Parts: sequence; structure tokens; C-alpha cells
Amino acid sequence: MDTRYTPEQAELRRTAHQLARELGPRTVADLDDGKRTRRLSEAVRDAGWLELRHEGADGGPLASGVEAAIIAEALGTAVADVSFAGPVLAAELARRAGASPIDGAVVGFSPDLVDVAVVSGPATTASIYAVDCAAEGTAAAYILVPEGDDYRLAHVQVDGASNSADLTRPIRRLPGGAPLLPVPDQSRLLTRADLDSWATLGLTLTSADLVGLMRGVLDLTVAYACERRQYGVPIGSFQAVQHLLAEARCLMEGAFSVTLYPSWAVDELAPDEARGAGRVAKAYCARAARAVCETAVQVHGGMGNTWDCIVHVYLRRALLSSRWFGDDGEQLQQLQRTRLGMTHGLS
Amino acid sequence: MDFRDSPEEAEFRKRLRAWVAENNPGLPVSSTDDEYWARQAEWHTALYDAGFFGLSWPSRYGGHDLPPVFEVILDEELAAAGAPPRPSLGYLVQGIATHASDAVKDRFLPGLISGRERWCQGFSEPDAGSDLASLRTTATLDGNEYVINGHKIWTSYSDVADWCFLLARTDPGVPKHKGLSAFAVPMHQPGVEQRPLRMINGITKEFGQVLFDGARVPAKNMIGEPGEGWRIAMTIVSHEREPGEVGYVARYAKTVKDLEKAVRTDPGAFRRDQREGVAWAYVQAEMLRLHVRRRLSERLDGLDHGPGGSIDKLLMTWVEQTVGTAALSVAGSDAVIDGDVVALKIYLYSRAQSVMGGTSQIQKNIIATRILGLPAA
Repeated sequence: MDTRYTPEQAELRRTAHQLARELGPRTVADLDDGKRTRRLSEAVRDAGWLELRHEGADGGPLASGVEAAIIAEALGTAVADVSFAGPVLAAELARRAGASPIDGAVVGFSPDLVDVAVVSGPATTASIYAVDCAAEGTAAAYILVPEGDDYRLAHVQVDGASNSADLTRPIRRLPGGAPLLPVPDQSRLLTRADLDSWATLGLTLTSADLVGLMRGVLDLTVAYACERRQYGVPIGSFQAVQHLLAEARCLMEGAFSVTLYPSWAVDELAPDEARGAGRVAKAYCARAARAVCETAVQVHGGMGNTWDCIVHVYLRRALLSSRWFGDDGEQLQQLQRTRLGMTHGLS
Repeated sequence: MDFRDSPEEAEFRKRLRAWVAENNPGLPVSSTDDEYWARQAEWHTALYDAGFFGLSWPSRYGGHDLPPVFEVILDEELAAAGAPPRPSLGYLVQGIATHASDAVKDRFLPGLISGRERWCQGFSEPDAGSDLASLRTTATLDGNEYVINGHKIWTSYSDVADWCFLLARTDPGVPKHKGLSAFAVPMHQPGVEQRPLRMINGITKEFGQVLFDGARVPAKNMIGEPGEGWRIAMTIVSHEREPGEVGYVARYAKTVKDLEKAVRTDPGAFRRDQREGVAWAYVQAEMLRLHVRRRLSERLDGLDHGPGGSIDKLLMTWVEQTVGTAALSVAGSDAVIDGDVVALKIYLYSRAQSVMGGTSQIQKNIIATRILGLPAA
């Protein structure tokens, strides 16, 4: 038992943080700098990070969930406005179905953003949401078609505009009535176990993103508390402010520790056990990130409530990462089902 | 990164599991019942004699020289079997091992680790709690002995202790942090008076007060150098704040397991908030278990006596109080109809966690100034 990163993982972590820091937005205005966002997305693509879960020589993914979580956390730390989890999760589904991933594809979600959309019949009947996809042009979104106890992979074309609460990652809605397109080269049906493993990766990447957001927003907020002066002294010298920030730091550390486990477990434990670990991490991270981001807004005072202060970019992104694959309430409900035997009346 | 047991760890876990199955003393939940405290020594020596105590401590002193993560395995297996947690002594061992001379280590560590000599920790005083450095107990040199006068409080297990790890003022003429020294003081002598304390949950055996009135300690029992007391105390409290050092993870996991079992018998009989409270307590306890795995793994890079223990202490406190609140909630009206219900005692004891070993407010001060680098107030 040794939960430390390997030297290679530690190096990846340094590289990822450096890249995200250099190319991520420093200000709200930076979000509109198309030149920067293009450089960022090219850098992420060139680093090979979107292919981490593509099929390797041994049939398994090229890199483990630990590496994927390292990148997700680094991008969260810098609120990097680039697609990562969306395409990686799509590639995970494609690999499990034995298909080569469609370039730029993401996953289509049901309206609660918890599960991949399941569609029977030739066309969609309800809205489907493509999360963390390209902001413009058309994009493929994978959905599932039931077949016996298993699922076949299909996809739909998404072309709507995004109005996501998260200013760094689009969510594009595809209204009902869209035709299902086949994924012709798939060689396997997806089982419940495949979907458990896939969901574990989703819980891991969203949790890791939340850990990164906490880390990044806390750094900003500590720096602001040292610089902003009232009553002739830095506000960070006031115990009331210090205690808020100290609590936030503890929450971030606990969230980091609890997320390491599913990031490893996704490739190493039985699918249902790994998903349980993912639920625990997500429940903790969702509550923690909300508290930490709200503290960040509070410590930034009036300015923290203005559009031009970058803190709300963190809070908004935390809202999406919390909700995506289920927030704390959703995870606690599922834990009641699996651990307390609540099979009905979960309302 | 590998959360799985290595072959050596798996073998150890198997051996431990078999031993615990045969030797679980079936004590009541620690923190709720004087019977636990009365029989803790028995449990300590049983664990030690079977080779399951002091796993990561030096074999020269009776430990096993194993990597720190073996302590996690011990905590996990004790919790899984519903056995009592391991006795919390790691911080005293760290204090002596880090600062004492070889002679003092050779004399005291074996008995401390084996449980054959029992210890208490004499730091806090009625007027020196959070402001520990202002303590007034004095140690005055008289020939080759020091004479101790003063009043210590929150001295866990003082009534059964053979030795006290005492912090006393040896030099009143220097600034308060600089005039303190540490001693191993024999407790069985005329100048030592015990006064028990009854805690809000009714237990009387854990915490005590000790009055030193002309008690004597040989000068060679000084731990570290004269004036080194504050540094030693900071080493000890930094580890006293670490859940990996005190083994409480097992206690929380055991309580959560009991709560889950209670709810599973008839889930529909509990309100949604009660069930959710238990699920959240499980999440918190799991977080702490994994946090301890991380911290003890990090120790493979070298032991650190820094302020990080304050983060761990706050996390541990939140877990204990979440678990305590869930226990109270699940017990429902039973907890107020019958003052002897265990859930009530667990809940009431949990309130002390944010005070003992340094209050949560002190931990936040330390985190803010020494970890976050915020300016001093």
C-alpha cells in the first residue's frame, strides 16, 4: 500500500499545472481571448491528454485513471477553458465498446446530467445534453441503445449553442427528434459493469476537477487576503477571515485524499466497488467545493460579487462539476441504496 | 500508487484478522464507558504480546520497524472486527524518540510501547490551556533531583499511570517559551495527588487532574535538554493531532458500521434525514481512512513534525462530530428517554474532540499563519 504518485506521475502533475497556469485565463476578460483558448486547446491535444483512455497495446487504456485525474485537477486549478473530461469520457465508452473514437466526440447526457442518455427507437424523444464539448460547429455525442441486458453505442449530431452556467465548458442541448447514427465499428456491447466503470471515471474526473478548483480559488483568495487592506492592515490578519480560509484548506486536503482512491480503483477494483469509492469522493468533493468557493466569494467582499472578479468563474465551474454525474445529494441517495438497503421510497 | 496490500501486507492482514477474531475482548465503545478505560491496559498488552502493537516503531524498543502504512491495516482490521482501537500513544513515542538521549530512550520506550509501564501526559493546567507556554508548574533543581510543584489537568489515564510526561518551568527568568523542560516523572510517590474528572457523558476514568506538591524526579529523567520543553511539546502535539498516530479511524468506522447495521434492519422506519446523516457519516469516515493512508504513505519520504497535523486534526474533529451527530439522530427519542444510551454518550464525547489536543480555533490559527502564510493577527 503506497498512495504516493510515482516519479512519472509527479512529473506529469508538474507539467500539467504549468501548462494550465500559463495558458488558462487569469481574468474574466481572458475568457474572450480566442487566440489564447486556441493555444490552450492545441496544447492539451498535442500533449496527448485527450487520448489517455484510448486503447493501448494490451487492450486496456493508454493511461490509468490516476493520470487522468492528475490532468483534470490541474485544469481545474487554473479554470482552464478547454475540453478534457468530455472527450476523455467519450473515448472511454468507445474503447469499452471496441470502437475507434469519433474525433471530437463527447457523451450525450439525460437532462439530470447524471447518466448517459439511453434511447430506444430511430430518433431521440427527449433533450440530450452534450457536456464539455466544442463550443462551435457540430459535434458527435454518444448515446446508448438497449439491447437485451446490454447496450449498443450510437451517436447523435449536436449543433446548438451553449448557455452553460460554467463559463469555461459548454453544454449544448439537442432537442428531441434527432436521428440516431450508428457507430459501425463497435465489436462489443456495453454491459452494466462497463457502465459502472465508466461512471467511476466520470465521478473521478469531476471530483478531481473540484479538488483543482478548490486549490486554485484558495490560492487566489489567500493572495487577495494578504493584499486587500482595511483598518490599515491586511484583511488576512483578521482571525475571522483566517478561520474561513483555514477551514477551506482542510476541505481541499480531505477532498484530495478521498479522490485518489477512485482514480486508482477505476482500473483496479471490481466495477461496483470502484463506483462506490467514486460516490464517496464525489459526495465529499461536491459539498467541500461549494463551501470553499462560497468562502472565496465572501473573502473577496463586494468585488467578489462582480462579474469581472474571476472567483465566480470557479464557483460556476464547481456547480457544473458537482452536478455532472450527480451531486452530493444524489451520491448520498445512492449510498443509502447500496449500504442501507433502501430499495424504495427514496424521495 | 497502489492501494492494494503488498504480499507482506496481505500476509500480515490475514494473520491479524485471524488473531482479532479469536482475541477481540468485546469492550464497549471507547469514549462511552469506564469499563473500556479500566481494561485498556489489558488490550494494549494483548496486542503487544501478539506482535500487533508499535508496528512502525523501532524494534530496538519493542516495535516492529514496519512501514507506517501497517498502522492503517491495524486500524482497518480492528474496525472491521468491531474490536477496540489501538491505544493512543504514538505521540509520546514520537516525542521521546525525537528528543531524548539514548539512555532515556533505552530506559523508557520499551515499557511505554509494551504497555508494561503506563504513561500520562502532564501539559495543560487550569490557567494554561490554549496558552500552554504560560504554564506555572515548576521544576526546581535540588541536588541531583528536581522538585515539582503545580497542578495539571486533562491528564488522560493519570490514575493508572506509572509515569508522567511532564512539562514544567525550570527557568522563570527567561521568556515563557524558553524556560520549559520535559521530564519522566514517577507517579507512585507521596507528592502526587490524583483528582478524577467526570466528563459530560459520565465517564470518569479517562481524564484526571494531578497535583504535584514537592514530588521529586531524578535529573537524569529529563527528556531532551534544559529549556527544550516547548520544542518537545510541539513535536508531541503535532503528532497528537494526527489521526494516523492516534488510531481513531477504527473508532469512527466501528460506530458507522453499527449505525448502518441499525438502519439496515428496517430502513423504512427511519426518516430521510436520519438515513442521509448515516450515509454522510460513512463518507466522512471513509475520507479520513483514505486521508490517513495518504499521510502514512507520505511518511515513506521522511517523518515531518510540521503544522500539517493541524489540518488532520480539524478533519478528524469534523468526522468525529459528524459521526456523533448521526448516532444521536438515529437513536431518536431513546437518546433522551434513557441517559445511558450509548449514542448519547458517543455524541456528548464527540464535543470534546474540538477541544482536546488544541482547540479547533487554535488549529485554524496555526493553519492560517503557518500553512497559508497569512499575516499574524
